[in-house]
Amino acid sequence: MTLLIALIAIGLVAVSAWWLAIGRARDLRGKGRLNSLPAYHGVHTLLWALLPALLMLAVWAPIQTTLVNQAVLASAEGKALPAFDMQRDAILDEARQIAAGNIDHGYNPQSEQLAPRFSEAESRYGAIGGGIALLLTFAGAALALRRVVPEFRARAGVERWIQALLVAASLIAILTTLGIVLSLLFESLRFFKLVSPVEFLFGTSWSPQTALRADQAGSSGAFGSVPLFWGTAFIGAIIAMIVAIPLGLMSAIFLTQYSPPRLRAWLKPILEILAGVPTVVYGYFAALTVAPMVRDFGLAIGITSASSESALAAGLVMGIMIIPFVSSMADDSIAAVPQAMRDGSLALGATKAETIKKVLLPAALPGVVGGVLLAVSRAIGETMIVVMAAGLSANLTANPFASVTTVTTQIVQLLTGDQEFDSAKTLAAFALGLALFVITLILNLIGLRVVRKYREAYE
Amino acid sequence: MTLMNEIHAPVPADIDEPPADANRAPKMSARDVSVFYGDKQALNGVSIDIRDDRVTAFIGPSGCGKSTFLRCLNRMNDTIPSARVTGKISLDGQDIYHSNMDVVQLRARVGMVFQKPNPFPKSIYDNVAYGPKIHGLASSKGEMDGIVEKSLKRAGLWDEVKDRLSESGTALSGGQQQRLCIARAIAVDPEVILMDEPCSALDPIATAKIEELIHELRGRYAIAIVTHNMQQAARVSQRTAFFHLGEMVEYGKTSEIFTNPRERRTQDYITGRYG
Repeated sequence: MTLLIALIAIGLVAVSAWWLAIGRARDLRGKGRLNSLPAYHGVHTLLWALLPALLMLAVWAPIQTTLVNQAVLASAEGKALPAFDMQRDAILDEARQIAAGNIDHGYNPQSEQLAPRFSEAESRYGAIGGGIALLLTFAGAALALRRVVPEFRARAGVERWIQALLVAASLIAILTTLGIVLSLLFESLRFFKLVSPVEFLFGTSWSPQTALRADQAGSSGAFGSVPLFWGTAFIGAIIAMIVAIPLGLMSAIFLTQYSPPRLRAWLKPILEILAGVPTVVYGYFAALTVAPMVRDFGLAIGITSASSESALAAGLVMGIMIIPFVSSMADDSIAAVPQAMRDGSLALGATKAETIKKVLLPAALPGVVGGVLLAVSRAIGETMIVVMAAGLSANLTANPFASVTTVTTQIVQLLTGDQEFDSAKTLAAFALGLALFVITLILNLIGLRVVRKYREAYE
Repeated sequence: MTLMNEIHAPVPADIDEPPADANRAPKMSARDVSVFYGDKQALNGVSIDIRDDRVTAFIGPSGCGKSTFLRCLNRMNDTIPSARVTGKISLDGQDIYHSNMDVVQLRARVGMVFQKPNPFPKSIYDNVAYGPKIHGLASSKGEMDGIVEKSLKRAGLWDEVKDRLSESGTALSGGQQQRLCIARAIAVDPEVILMDEPCSALDPIATAKIEELIHELRGRYAIAIVTHNMQQAARVSQRTAFFHLGEMVEYGKTSEIFTNPRERRTQDYITGRYG
């Protein structure tokens, strides 16, 4: 509440400072030449009044929560709280909600007593934070207003602020990635304290149900991830690629070499729609339409083990899903082969198909390979299709009609529902995630490198 | 004062002119050829004969249609979707734009060398063997080796590359690349060789080698060369056609075009008044 008032005050001060700065700059312009337009002086002042204060508030908010908690606990009512963690937290939370006005009364009598302490502390620290922020606003505004003089380069000042904003925006993305990696890493380390990395990386048996009691049967708790990575590679890197590489490549060749421009203008966006279909839609298409067809086909050709959750069904649909990736990369690399190569071959009396096969494709190959690597990396990280169509049993099999499971499917299985975060079963999800992340990272790096190297070759 | 007196090249046209044989039909002849790119007309009613015993040069300022015309002779303009060709072009009396003309066969008979050397990113050997392989000219490895060697020798490149035939063609110098492209064109045993400013991307020494090569190839193949370098046209050709703004202004013996042009525009161009 106090913070909100502070925010409004800061806004009002900043806007008036902006107005003042523009007014002063206009007056100055009446007298002579200004380095920057009045609007720039205005924005410059506004930014100085606003941004330091807002930054301070952003930093202050989490600090305030801690300070309020400490103050409440230090009070007489706070010291009387029970020591047990959960009960203590529940009372504190209730008191905070009452103080904030979200609920009328608490189930714990203690929380009602504690609520006024919360209100007091909140308003005290809110006033302090808001006050400091408001002071910063005044200081920034005054500083900036003093600099509204003819020779001041407000344009450059605004430019620097904008640059800082842009850097901050990109830093957020980078820092988030770093945070993701770190969280994966720490949870994985906890997992590897329970299960040896050797067993995880090279074990061929996956059965993450750990026994709760010593006498419980059937829950061996084996964490060999090989069957999962095999399933992932089998579906994403083998079956899907057998579908996607030829189809993607051929459609790229048709689009770049044969299709009349008007047909291309229609076909290319339609092909790219494939990339825009939500993967969950592909998932039920795989599970409800393709999987039964694949099973019936398997049974018809005499494979009695054909399962309704088959690697083939998931792989086929995934292959269709990544056709646009392969085809647009292939499209780019074929188009990047200089026209002179094409002309050279055609002028020797080669047909279009001969030119494509013998000149264009070899020259475009590195780009195509890079695109395929990126597509593989996308395919093995894909989740919804395999969750819905690939099955859960960790089979180490090369039979495409059999059910296999993948890393992403298992992560979903391990983390859905109520889970405790101290068991190897739950933590295994993070180790799997980390391993998958490392693999796709390597594939992406190689893929991008190949693509870039190839681009340089022709420029 | 004409250009011929200023440059110290001999006047090959008159010296090398083979005995006139008026009865022999020209290798290729174009009658009233016009080319349109979409709505824009690039060439207007060009008629010319190309004989197999001499080199014919097309000169003219940029954008005059000389390259466009050259590309009509082996239907390379077909690769440009908006291009449309009217009139008649025949090879040995056969209309090359007739529907029963196989474009692939036509291009095997009428080879082309481009402005910028464009060897394939393959080995030197494979570059030369590319055409013969496609057209099935060799039935054995030995025969193919023979074709490659003969073509490279004719292109004057054999001595420089015979020990490194498996190296990439793109690793050669610009002049060597262009001779490789000529060898590649020769390898399919064409009757006509079209050269589209073959020296414009080369240094003077490499240019001299290519010009020498053109002299040696004359008589074996009908050669048509587009050039924006008038001295080059004077040095290598026996017949010259001057193009301007999509029209063929003047055609005649090279020596006459350069010493005694009939048209004012030709004179202005060869004396450097524009272009």
